[in-house]
Amino acid sequence: MIDARVQRLDEGTLRALVPRVLAGLVRRGEDFDVAEDALQEALLEALRVWPEHPPRDPRAWLTTVATRRLVDARRSEVARHRREETTYTEPRPAATEDGDDTLFLLFCCCHPDLAPASQVALTLRAVGGLTTREIADAFYVPEATMAQRISRAKLTLRGRRFDQPGDLAVVLRVLYLVYTVGHTGRVDLAGEAIRLARQLTLATQEPEARGLLALMLLNHARLPARLDPAGRIVTLDRQDRGLWDTREIAEGVRVLQSALAIQTEERRLGRYQVEAAIAALHDDVASAEETDWPQILAWYDDLVALTEDPVRQDPAAVLGRAVAVGHVLGAAAGLRETDRLREVIGERHRWHAVRGYLHELDGDPSAAAMAYAEAARRATNVAERDHLVRQAARARTGWGVQDWCCQRMPCSG
Amino acid sequence: MPKYLLLKHYRGGPEPHRPVPPMDQWAPEDVEAHMAFLRHVSELLEKNGEYVDAQALTPARTWVRYGGPDAAPVTTDGPLPETSDLVAGWYMIDVESHERAVELAAYVSSEPGPGGEPLYEWIDVREVMSDAPTGTDPA
Repeated sequence: MIDARVQRLDEGTLRALVPRVLAGLVRRGEDFDVAEDALQEALLEALRVWPEHPPRDPRAWLTTVATRRLVDARRSEVARHRREETTYTEPRPAATEDGDDTLFLLFCCCHPDLAPASQVALTLRAVGGLTTREIADAFYVPEATMAQRISRAKLTLRGRRFDQPGDLAVVLRVLYLVYTVGHTGRVDLAGEAIRLARQLTLATQEPEARGLLALMLLNHARLPARLDPAGRIVTLDRQDRGLWDTREIAEGVRVLQSALAIQTEERRLGRYQVEAAIAALHDDVASAEETDWPQILAWYDDLVALTEDPVRQDPAAVLGRAVAVGHVLGAAAGLRETDRLREVIGERHRWHAVRGYLHELDGDPSAAAMAYAEAARRATNVAERDHLVRQAARARTGWGVQDWCCQRMPCSG
Repeated sequence: MPKYLLLKHYRGGPEPHRPVPPMDQWAPEDVEAHMAFLRHVSELLEKNGEYVDAQALTPARTWVRYGGPDAAPVTTDGPLPETSDLVAGWYMIDVESHERAVELAAYVSSEPGPGGEPLYEWIDVREVMSDAPTGTDPA
């Protein structure tokens, strides 16, 4: 009984309160890292005390206890400094919009002086309310390593003043990073990124924040179909669309429409909105054959137009566009598009995988098999490597001739 | 309980008992059977309480050494990049004895290859040195 209540407090109430209480402390002028430590201690105390004595106002309770910890910490530094006592009785910070607090904290955690890995870790802990252990699990590193990364990040922020609005583009990039790494681990980082992006859209009118949320929702909706029960990757054209989450697709489309509605003439369309539009077109059709490739190609044209030199600055967009070109103008045209990328990403597995796909579309399974095998050798992820080996084997079977050169190459499991 | 690494190689090691083409040239059903067996091995080790870790390595290799003061690191892909030993991955196991490690390695090596026949792949069995001194004084 008590366990269930602790669980509920932990997951629901506590995690939602973390950014609000922390933002209150930092706004009051506390150092970010010291405030974060104090709040972590207050959270531990809450887990111990609340099951027996639930507070009337959990947020005020946490603020008071965290403040007490701050005072204790300062006392031990500066012995008997009466001045510090004033903090104790200070009124709790005026209630602000929760969204404001989230945005404020995201700007702190995504400070440009921090490396991306640190931005991500700090965001998950300070805004997402995940424990260091959970974050370590999500990234498959020892807990001590993640604790060190977080504490170094906080040290970097020590003494920084957070009175300037931060760079929203960095915040969006960090949330997208959280989303993209979040599909395989034991902790649902993808869900966490969506939750944070949803909070962010409450705090800012910026269309790109909505574009990012829409993109995440429209991709996440396909997650249940992306792996089969044995854990094998299923490509978009072969997914069971009945498994897609229609509620998430509907929300994603709605959010995207609201982004495009507030988009004004003089503002350039942002990349997340464009990518969301492409995802929406895939999500919108009942079978792969009905995919509206000309429309998708038009959006890819917009996407590559966002950078001066897309081949160098945004090769992923050019590669995605090559697939659309392959469907609209023919596989050979698509392959020519990938040729432009050879110098830039010709060593990457995805470049070879896309060429395998286009060769298949071109009715050339032998070239497809070779490209897939090449991609498999360069893959950096077991699920993708296995998938590419299967694609190669499948294409080769279609090709018929078994080219058994007897290399001394055992299967590498 | 001693820990062992069961190392799989992309190349190197004794002469293969059964030469086979690369896996992307196998029949699709043979590929499936092989991958299913590898999953099964991990599950079996976990169920036995013998599993510690399993990892795969990409085949790209860079040898690196200190370049000296104020010099960039020196890198190479090594002597004989086409034929030298290249580790592909491992199982780390925690078992009762060396005999048990050998037994498990042989089982890993029985993984199905082309035609569903065992691969007879050579597995490199290495004991991991433990960190801590034992509870008794050395003689």
